[in-house]
Amino acid sequence: MMDKLIFGRYVPADSAIHKMDPRSKLIMVFLFVFVIFLANNVVSYALVAVFTLAIVKLSKVPARFLINGLKPVLILILFTFLLHLFFTKEGELLYKWNVIEIYSGGLRQGIFISLRFAFLIVITSILTLTTTPISLTDGLETLFNPLKKWKLPVHELALMMSISLRFIPTLLEETDKIMKAQAARGTEFSSGPVTSRMKAVVPLLIPLFVSSFKRAEELAVAMESRGYRGGEGRTKFRLLRWERKDTYLVLAICILGILLIVFRT
Amino acid sequence: MRINLQNVEHKYQVNTPFERAALTDVTIDIPSGTYLAVIGHTGSGKSTLLQHLNGLLQPTKGYIQVGEQRITAGKKEKNLKAIRKRVGIVFQFPEHQLFEETVLKDICFGPMNFGVSEEEAIRLAKESITKVGLGEEILEKSPFDLSGGQMRRVAIAGVLAMQPEVLVLDEPTAGLDPRGRKEIMDLFYSIHKDSGISTILVTHSMEDAARYADEIVVMHKGSVFERGKPRDIFSRSAELAELGLDVPNTVKVQLMLERSTGLKFGRICLSLDELTSEIAASMKRGDLS
Ligand SMILES: Nc1ncnc2c1ncn2[C@@H]1O[C@H](COP(=O)(O)OP(=O)(O)O)[C@@H](O)[C@H]1O
Ligand SMILES: [Mg+2]
Repeated sequence: MMDKLIFGRYVPADSAIHKMDPRSKLIMVFLFVFVIFLANNVVSYALVAVFTLAIVKLSKVPARFLINGLKPVLILILFTFLLHLFFTKEGELLYKWNVIEIYSGGLRQGIFISLRFAFLIVITSILTLTTTPISLTDGLETLFNPLKKWKLPVHELALMMSISLRFIPTLLEETDKIMKAQAARGTEFSSGPVTSRMKAVVPLLIPLFVSSFKRAEELAVAMESRGYRGGEGRTKFRLLRWERKDTYLVLAICILGILLIVFRT
Repeated sequence: MRINLQNVEHKYQVNTPFERAALTDVTIDIPSGTYLAVIGHTGSGKSTLLQHLNGLLQPTKGYIQVGEQRITAGKKEKNLKAIRKRVGIVFQFPEHQLFEETVLKDICFGPMNFGVSEEEAIRLAKESITKVGLGEEILEKSPFDLSGGQMRRVAIAGVLAMQPEVLVLDEPTAGLDPRGRKEIMDLFYSIHKDSGISTILVTHSMEDAARYADEIVVMHKGSVFERGKPRDIFSRSAELAELGLDVPNTVKVQLMLERSTGLKFGRICLSLDELTSEIAASMKRGDLS
């Protein structure tokens, strides 16, 4: 039942991107989000496309898998496309039927915005697909460390994040199990009238809440009994190592940014 | 009710890099009224197999015939609810499925989903709570105020109240104390005998498999390794050991005795009574002193 959920999941593989420091990947994605807004013509979009495809290729994540990951957001992309198609009134009139008018500017804008959306999703998916949740939070914690000066509880936030990430699969598994147990007792989750399907949520959610609270309590006890007292003076088991390829990745995104500034109109 | 699996294959997460076959070409016939035990190493596909018996999972190849209904790979079966009424499953740690305010309501949940009237459901609830060895006074309590063992029994009562024709049990006694374990296994056995329903039990306890089952299916890496009567299955202790499976303790003792004395007992002893009578017989003959 949960088979389609791909976003936010790690796919182990032996690739250059997998082996990179999470910090370089985070910086790359962070910069990419800004850089992509520089693209505004065919050449600049082509450059972004090349960059994205190169990253996908290097990550060795099967393309089929990324396409599956895009499917849930396809509606959103389509909606933005149509919005721009119908409501941008620039360039020459291409088509007219009743109140519907399509201009060349609208078509162009629609395609560009949809592409931007798709590239963003692919690049962020690559980040989560090639980085384990643990190293992702490690990376975030290190990057945000300077903010401790302003009393931002960086360590606690990172811990919260890694615990949540850690328990997402567990929660999904649990959901699947309870859904099956209740379905075996005659609950209909995916057929029957809407009202009864809405009622079916209760026998699912209550057991989920109960077990989540229980698990949270057990985790707290387990952490305290092993001497956890927050981040003060805590050393790390996994050390992050910045290598030459990490520098290259950050350089690549910077170069992409410069090229876009040069080629945009 | 007869259940028949033909060449069933099940792949999880088809079309993703996580795709893996949990069942490959499983064919099992379960005639009406059979007590079948399914044993196998963790991950051998036992739970996956069970979930096919009432349409919680669909095969990716092959079909499952449940009574008159057939669940075929790739076809959407419309009337799964009818199958689920007839095939009740007690999952591993069934207490996790409790959710109602009172035990009574929770036990009535299943029967009422299947169209039983409220009075009838209450009658069934009272009947099944007594069957699982709890008093009727517990019906008004919240299921979350009970002990772990009591919760387990309430959850089991919730499945029994559906009056299934086939009872499917996935390690129903995992995590219980030895006495509770025996009581619950005896309970399932008496229900099996009294109402003539089929019972399919997944278990890690070779003693339970030997004691209760008419037949045993040994699963290995998603397919049926062998099927037979308990006495035949447990006479092949070396084969089982290769799959990481044990034999009942009585068989272990028998093998040890046979090895150290060079004797050969007439049969594989599945119970303490059998073992003691074999030993007594050998002593009478003077082979053993
Ligand atoms: N929901 C699921 N998604 C993906 N793989 C699963 C799922 N459930 C079970 N599996 C895999 O299928 C195989 C068989 O599992 P299972 O039927 O639970 O075995 P058993 O009950 O014998 O321990 C295992 O390798 C397990 O990892
Ligand atoms: Mg199992």
